[in-house]
Amino acid sequence: MTAVTETRADPIDLGPARIEEPPTGFIWVIKDSWTEATRHLRAVPRNPELLVFATIQPIMFIVLFVYVFRGSVQVPIDYVQYVIPGIFAQTVLFNSAFTGVGVADDLSKGIIDRLRSLPMYPSAVLIGRTVSDIVRNVVTFAVMLAVAFAIGFRFQGTVMGAVAATGLMFLFSYAFSWIQALIGLSVGSVEAANSAGFIWMFPLTFVSSAFVDVSHMVSWLRPFARNNPFTILTNACRALYNGYPAGSDAWVALAWALGITVVFALLTTRKFAQSTSS
Amino acid sequence: MTTSTATDARPAVLAEGLYKAFGETKALDGVDLRVDRAKVVGLLGPNGAGKTTAVKVLTTLIRPDRGRAFIDGIDVVAEPMRAKARIGLTGQYAAVDERLTGFENLEHVGRLFHMPRSEARERGRELLERFDLVESADRVVKGYSGGMRRRLDIAMSLIARPSVLFLDEPTTGLDPRSRQSVWELIEELVRGGTTTLLTTQYLDEADRLADEIVVIDHGRVIARGTSDELKTTLGGDVLEVTVAPDADVERVVAALAGLACGEITVGAVGAVGGTGSTADVHGDKVVVVPVLKVEHMVPVVVRALDAAGVAFSDVAGRQSTLDDVFFAITGHAAEDASDTAETSPKGKSGKAAAKAAKQGKQGKQTEQMTKEAGR
Repeated sequence: MTAVTETRADPIDLGPARIEEPPTGFIWVIKDSWTEATRHLRAVPRNPELLVFATIQPIMFIVLFVYVFRGSVQVPIDYVQYVIPGIFAQTVLFNSAFTGVGVADDLSKGIIDRLRSLPMYPSAVLIGRTVSDIVRNVVTFAVMLAVAFAIGFRFQGTVMGAVAATGLMFLFSYAFSWIQALIGLSVGSVEAANSAGFIWMFPLTFVSSAFVDVSHMVSWLRPFARNNPFTILTNACRALYNGYPAGSDAWVALAWALGITVVFALLTTRKFAQSTSS
Repeated sequence: MTTSTATDARPAVLAEGLYKAFGETKALDGVDLRVDRAKVVGLLGPNGAGKTTAVKVLTTLIRPDRGRAFIDGIDVVAEPMRAKARIGLTGQYAAVDERLTGFENLEHVGRLFHMPRSEARERGRELLERFDLVESADRVVKGYSGGMRRRLDIAMSLIARPSVLFLDEPTTGLDPRSRQSVWELIEELVRGGTTTLLTTQYLDEADRLADEIVVIDHGRVIARGTSDELKTTLGGDVLEVTVAPDADVERVVAALAGLACGEITVGAVGAVGGTGSTADVHGDKVVVVPVLKVEHMVPVVVRALDAAGVAFSDVAGRQSTLDDVFFAITGHAAEDASDTAETSPKGKSGKAAAKAAKQGKQGKQTEQMTKEAGR
């Protein structure tokens, strides 16, 4: 009996339970959201390959579209000036899929379970995620902008116009990241979130005015293409970058972005409150 | 033990009549639970028994369809935020952010418990030291082993000094060595007075760590008691004495009566389920003696039989397993239950782990029982 007796380590006394009432108030939504955002932001420089992949695709698109389609696509203005705003908008929107993938990853790894067991506002988890994903998007955008300038794209409107167009794209992408977060919570796996996140964005962004003139499309596609919110966004951005009047497009695009954000923030937060690893 | 204990006589966890169905499946079908302060309750059952659902209800992740649950007297459905401030949850998967370092993971959870940054950091360092993770503190978790992740995971649950710690299958999927280190860690916490509710598929784990074991199957509590109580009522360990066909069985039984903790039965070799007896001569009989603990009993039996002057060909001891316990209570094996219920992605790995654990169990039993004797 004595031979097998183990030496026991010291008991770990954690001290008295720290019983504190959870804080309430809107300020904690912001503080917790920021804490969550830093979780993701800390990771960005540690995974540079993610950023590399996030920039290769848009560079490829710029080069492919500009040099492959330039001669054969009929548009009212120079094709570079026409297509670059569309590629910008598409790329910034595509990046919203990272939100869904990240949320699905957290869910499948049990991190959502842990976060939901903490005395914090549930929406902070989602706000932190969506806000931090903007940062990656900014990096991608900066690289894209440099490439676009290198092949001859120029802002032809006011600085304010260019800033407004870029802001509009980012608002749209932010709105979409709430849709993607809902998808990520619903499908449960990273692979499924990746597919489900991209699949609907292809028709949405291609059946639009981003790459071609809508009036040249087959007739049954035209009504969708004309009223597609992505067409409205692209038209608004193209007008603002090129310095001609955007008309109501900018406001309609802004309304779409805000509307999607509000609706999907509510839906996603509600879904989050019931989400748990299977 | 602590100031909070002295002033708070309510049970740390109390659940009454928890019921939760997912479609047709009754995950919880009227579960009552109670964990008193500084105690460890082990929720034991196969995959799909409802253990994880019970933990999720108690930690506010899932709302029960019926029944009530309280943490320190706080209703988890009515006041989830206040309940959350008092619990630490270590779920079935090590919920660590692989992109952050161990230290950052700890600090992050501390911040979300609304501890001041300095306190979260200080506490994080303290826990890294206690949990033997100092050397890896500033390394990204991606490179951690399964056991290190689990230790970090448990540390994260403890950063805000919760009133109750929930451990959902803390060693599932770990290799035997990591399993051992996580066990030792939990034991240290338990001796330090951490109130714990742990779920497990493994009898030896519940046996080793829990003050009280609650056995659940198909969402119902089917037995509860201390490990010894369960073993006694549910069959416990057995000694099998193999004798020749013409042996005087009566005298064997009489010689061993004093050692048994229940009725001694006699059967043919092979008739007794799962016998480890080496005899395969046709017609040999096996005298099955239920005992509380099988350790050190074989020499005692041999001496008793020698003293009585009866001949025998083999004496073997066998410990009751989760399968025995389950079979005794439910009439079906634990493995069957996992096949019919809960088709989740973890099913496979869980089963593989169960196998690994079974294989690793034999070697650990001696030491495990020694510990218990000293308890």
